[in-house]
Amino acid sequence: MSSAESLTPITDDIKKLLRLERLPHIWCGGCGIGVAMKAYIEAVLRSGMDVDKHVLVSGIGCSSRMPGYVKLDGYHVTHGRGIPFAVGLKTARPDLEVTVFAGDGDLVTIGGNHFIHAIRRNDDINVIMINNFTYGMTGGQYGGTTPRGSRTLTSPYGHIERSFNIPYMAASLGASYVARWSPLHYRELTKTILEMFEVDGFAIVEVVSPCIMYTGMNAMEAVHMMKTFRERCVINHNADLSKIDIPSFKEDKPIVLGNFLRREVPSFQTLYREEIIKKARGR
Amino acid sequence: MSKVEIDNRLLKPGVYFMRGNDASVEGALIAGCRFFAGYPITPSNEIATLMSRRLPQVGGIYMQFEDEIGSIMAVLGASNGGVKSMTATSGPGFSLMQEAIGLAAMTETPAVIVEVQRGGPSTGLPTQVGQGDVMQVKWGSHGDYEIVAYLPNSPQEMFDMTIKAFNTAWRYRVPVVVLSDQMIGHMREKVVVPPYEEIEIVERRRPEESPEEFLPFSNKYLIPPMAVAGEGYRIHVTGLAHNEKGYPTTDYETVRKLVTRLVRKIRDNERDIAEYEEFMADDAKLIIVSFGITSRSAKKAVRDARSKGLKVGLFRPKTAWPFPYWRLQELTNNGADVLVVEINMGQMYRVVREHVRSSEVYNMPLTPGACPSPEDIYKKIEEVYPR
Repeated sequence: MSSAESLTPITDDIKKLLRLERLPHIWCGGCGIGVAMKAYIEAVLRSGMDVDKHVLVSGIGCSSRMPGYVKLDGYHVTHGRGIPFAVGLKTARPDLEVTVFAGDGDLVTIGGNHFIHAIRRNDDINVIMINNFTYGMTGGQYGGTTPRGSRTLTSPYGHIERSFNIPYMAASLGASYVARWSPLHYRELTKTILEMFEVDGFAIVEVVSPCIMYTGMNAMEAVHMMKTFRERCVINHNADLSKIDIPSFKEDKPIVLGNFLRREVPSFQTLYREEIIKKARGR
Repeated sequence: MSKVEIDNRLLKPGVYFMRGNDASVEGALIAGCRFFAGYPITPSNEIATLMSRRLPQVGGIYMQFEDEIGSIMAVLGASNGGVKSMTATSGPGFSLMQEAIGLAAMTETPAVIVEVQRGGPSTGLPTQVGQGDVMQVKWGSHGDYEIVAYLPNSPQEMFDMTIKAFNTAWRYRVPVVVLSDQMIGHMREKVVVPPYEEIEIVERRRPEESPEEFLPFSNKYLIPPMAVAGEGYRIHVTGLAHNEKGYPTTDYETVRKLVTRLVRKIRDNERDIAEYEEFMADDAKLIIVSFGITSRSAKKAVRDARSKGLKVGLFRPKTAWPFPYWRLQELTNNGADVLVVEINMGQMYRVVREHVRSSEVYNMPLTPGACPSPEDIYKKIEEVYPR
């Protein structure tokens, strides 16, 4: 595939990978999670792999409900623990292509310790993180990604904490693959997920998708969200990751997107099989 | 019943002099364990240490996680991939695992946890013995569920019961705990590895229906067959209350059937699962109930009492849960009193009191850090013996 534009629509096939009997889904009209779900499904169909070898793992939250709608083996586990579950599954079953689909609160707030160590080990999993900058399912409390100054359910006077810069954090810890897209960039996101399947090691894409109900208690309509993306998103694959944090949606600062990083670094799972097991059995 | 998967790196049948924790590792490998995830904690460390050396020799993988939560979650992930997996820990780490144990119970994921007890509460006595996790192992996670806990009292039983734990976990699709203690884990003693053909190995029951017809949590079964990832069943597994298809639900009747089945699959089989040992208990006027390291002191105290003409016997539960209450009731129907000896302030004592109604039940509250000597127990026997 040479470019995102070469993708042709495959909507009918996508339906085959949906648990249609589970619809309607729980997501609010206009939420970006559905777009990311569709991008994942399209990537699975285009991956050329046996579809049955794709497995989804999620934690708790709006995004984590996604495996409940996709007709693949799916594991909806405890809050923040999707990554270690996925790592155990992938380590035991290297033939599977394991993808964690979850939110920011799940992956980097309650699950932050697993997140940083899985990247440090370079565990061979894919992580699609829907960053909505809040705890949507519980009504809009602040979390580790909430921009400073936001008014949320639990920061009624304004949020005073700093927020994580996800791509910068993942890159600094040694991830094999780091990207960031928005729901407006469906084709780019699909292509990115396809690349993530190919990568050995930890591959992450942050999908910037502010909660249209609660972000900063300034709920924006879906149309307004897409308009914001169109006006403010800048694609820069070579961006200085230390400068791409998203401090606020109110400020007119660019939202930098791109496929920032792809490293050829062997995963823990590859190294264990190629080095440790060989050494141990050789003795 | 299937057979031990032969690998020339497994411990060969024979007689060994082994530490309890090491015996647990060798048992696990023979049972088919090929994935271990853990976090260092005293006094269970020897299990992770030996696993890190032995697992890759048999083609398995050892992983050290950032904490016990990650460890148990990785074990559940591997189990759902169809690979027999385990972790080992002690009280504080076991506390961290409780939410995941609830997930394992709810999703019917087999898993083995070797819990080498130390003194508590909190950080407590990392290097000293305790038996204070009898209740945590039963009630540690929220909601109603049933799991199984074995109570080894020797390195031989660390070996045997680790194999049993895998069999029980994969037969009933539940997390199973080998509830050991610091002294049994660190003790070195004779361990006999029987000929492989004498070792029972249980594998999961596989689905027979086609993926279209298969209901992964069907109430048609008490223990539904288990599909694992990548087999084409496209299952949905969730910790939420779910229907037979595995989909989330809040329907009262559906949830009632699910939770009832999760509890019944152990309660209805408690007499097949529970194990116990009796020593001079038939004609006893006082029966000591004791397990793990304390049961060894208790046995000596029973002998001493018998040599002085006191009719004392020992009842040793080999499973804390399910607790073999029916046998204890039979032994006490003639009016025999009971003395519970355990290194805690009265945990199994409460269980015994719940089931023994017709006679006196005494206990010997013990704080952690030491095992009572046979003399300590004998003194208590003299104090409470019915005259």
